[in-house]
Amino acid sequence: MTFLLFAEQMLNGLQFGIMLFLMAAGLTLVFGVMGLINLAHGSLYMIGAFAAAAVAGATGSFVLALIASLAAAAAAGALIELTVIRRLYKRDHLDQVLATFALILILSEGTRWVFGSFPLYLDVPSYLSGPVTLPGGIQYPLYRLFIICAGLLVAGGLFALIARTRIGIQIRAGEADREMIAALGVDISRLYTLVFALGAALAGLAGALVGAIQSVQVGMGEPVLILAFVVIVIGGIGSIKGALVGALLVGMTDTMGGVLLPRFFALFLDPSAATTIGASLGSMLIYILMAVVLIVRPSGLYGSA
Amino acid sequence: MKLTKLAMLATTALLAAGAAMAEGKVKVGMITTLSGGGAGLGIDARDGFMLALKLSGSDAVEVVIEDDQQKPEIAVQLADKMIQAENVDVLTGIIWSNLAMAVVPSAVAQDKIYLSVNAGPSALAGKGCHPNYFNVAWQNDNLHEAAGAHATKAGYAKTFILAPNYPAGTDALTGFKRFYKGELAGEIYTTLGQTDYAAEIAQIRASGADSVFFFLPGGMGISFMKQYADSGVGLPVVGPAFSFDQGILQAVGAAALGVVNTSQWGKDLDNAANQTFVAAFQQEYGRLPSLYASQGYDTANLLLSAIGKADIADKDAFRAALKEADFASTRGDFKFGTNNHPVQDIYVREVIQEGDIFTNKIIGVALEDHVDAYAAECKM
Repeated sequence: MTFLLFAEQMLNGLQFGIMLFLMAAGLTLVFGVMGLINLAHGSLYMIGAFAAAAVAGATGSFVLALIASLAAAAAAGALIELTVIRRLYKRDHLDQVLATFALILILSEGTRWVFGSFPLYLDVPSYLSGPVTLPGGIQYPLYRLFIICAGLLVAGGLFALIARTRIGIQIRAGEADREMIAALGVDISRLYTLVFALGAALAGLAGALVGAIQSVQVGMGEPVLILAFVVIVIGGIGSIKGALVGALLVGMTDTMGGVLLPRFFALFLDPSAATTIGASLGSMLIYILMAVVLIVRPSGLYGSA
Repeated sequence: MKLTKLAMLATTALLAAGAAMAEGKVKVGMITTLSGGGAGLGIDARDGFMLALKLSGSDAVEVVIEDDQQKPEIAVQLADKMIQAENVDVLTGIIWSNLAMAVVPSAVAQDKIYLSVNAGPSALAGKGCHPNYFNVAWQNDNLHEAAGAHATKAGYAKTFILAPNYPAGTDALTGFKRFYKGELAGEIYTTLGQTDYAAEIAQIRASGADSVFFFLPGGMGISFMKQYADSGVGLPVVGPAFSFDQGILQAVGAAALGVVNTSQWGKDLDNAANQTFVAAFQQEYGRLPSLYASQGYDTANLLLSAIGKADIADKDAFRAALKEADFASTRGDFKFGTNNHPVQDIYVREVIQEGDIFTNKIIGVALEDHVDAYAAECKM
């Protein structure tokens, strides 16, 4: 394996991790602050992608499309919180899973009803398309670099928000003791709506960013949701830092495992068996990683026990 | 008293049976994918099927349609319900091979006719063939074999091949390799449902390949083509029609322009049946048909042709009538081989742009009168 290929794969792992972080951040916030398991998080990712595709199709502007994805997903998140989720905080996790699973079905068929059954078109804008040559001669798509930068910016903003602002203090306080913060006069239900909308907006942004290089279709959120859950379990539920580290770990493991394992097996197996076994084992690798983390640290890397 | 009751019951039953006979309708159970990520394929197949019935003006067929959600266990439940409660004569509609494998063997063993609009797993073409099972689309390997033949003809000597790691994916690469004479620059099995192909594209770039063959149906293909075009690798791409059908070309956009793909059908095939089909489909549904729609349309016309020749109650005569395949196919000539799978030409198509619409144009023939590789294993 040459250095160029290795470096390119490292960048791919990084980009995949950043994308997972955008999904996992909202999920872990909602779980940490409100104690809610939200299976419909993937549907918000889908809503973001569809909103972006619709706006990009109508206006031709990618910037407007990104703004639309944030706005649509946040609005959908707030609406869902006010109408459905609000009733679930006091229920046990099984009721939450049931209700948010119903939301997945409703949102998916609703989206099909509005946009039809065929995938939508959303493309990388011309000023971000094509490869660039990085120092060292690595050819890498500009758009993927853009995703990495955008994700890092969002991560930075999120840390600043949590650590430096009044809302951040309230969110952290809500995580620690929700009765006490309510007693101190903070409007806890408004805070919950806000956190849920924020998480939804991040998922919507991830959907729009990724939708430009993938397929914008009904049900696109569910596979990502599973990975996002793996990320927050590894990182520790409720921890933004854990979500970032977990996302990068999962992104790197998945990408490098898929590349290196078939080569490893090719050393002592015949090529076609090596590719099959390597690919199968590669796709299991993140779950093995999760199992190992859970054995060593049952509450995740940064989870409070 | 008891006897009178029994007699009355018997009479009613006989009357009911008589009424059903008099109607003379053939009841068709269509199990297909109408929700979830794979819904576009099922909807096209259904629309094609229903269009043919509508155009024929015949009221000899009654159709019950159910959504399998692309889940084998649901397909099995629906098939049981249709056979036992609805009492259908003919089953059809399944898109995915894993669902077909769950439903078809038991349905044909219960003496129901099964007409496949799409899935053609090798297990049902070879040793597992059955007189009640007719495939109107293709055997799974066929379009990939044609892609292999085309790659050889185009002079590619180092092709990089990839497909998802599931039975139809392995069949695809096997089919390609069966007719491809060059050497392989690399061979990758991806995860089923994978949406990011950056790692694979990096390997293609580093492999020194001169061309790429991929089988990634539905959304996977959309993702791959967009990312491949954006990566600047720029090697020529060959694939089966499944990643370039009318339902997804709009979503891939300009990234697919010029890509060569293989199919048993194209909207520009020059025969009267096809021209009628394409025009009527556009008028009825306001979109261009895909190959899945053409397969549904052909299936319905095959069924109608058999109904015109034989009574469904006489299974032997009905099977013989189906086997004759005496209908005007959108593919032009259509005939069944010994294993009830099509013997047909497979064409090479190129993705072009017509106004705002991305679509396919036939540019040549990859394989003529192609018989699938499993026909010889079929003993019936």
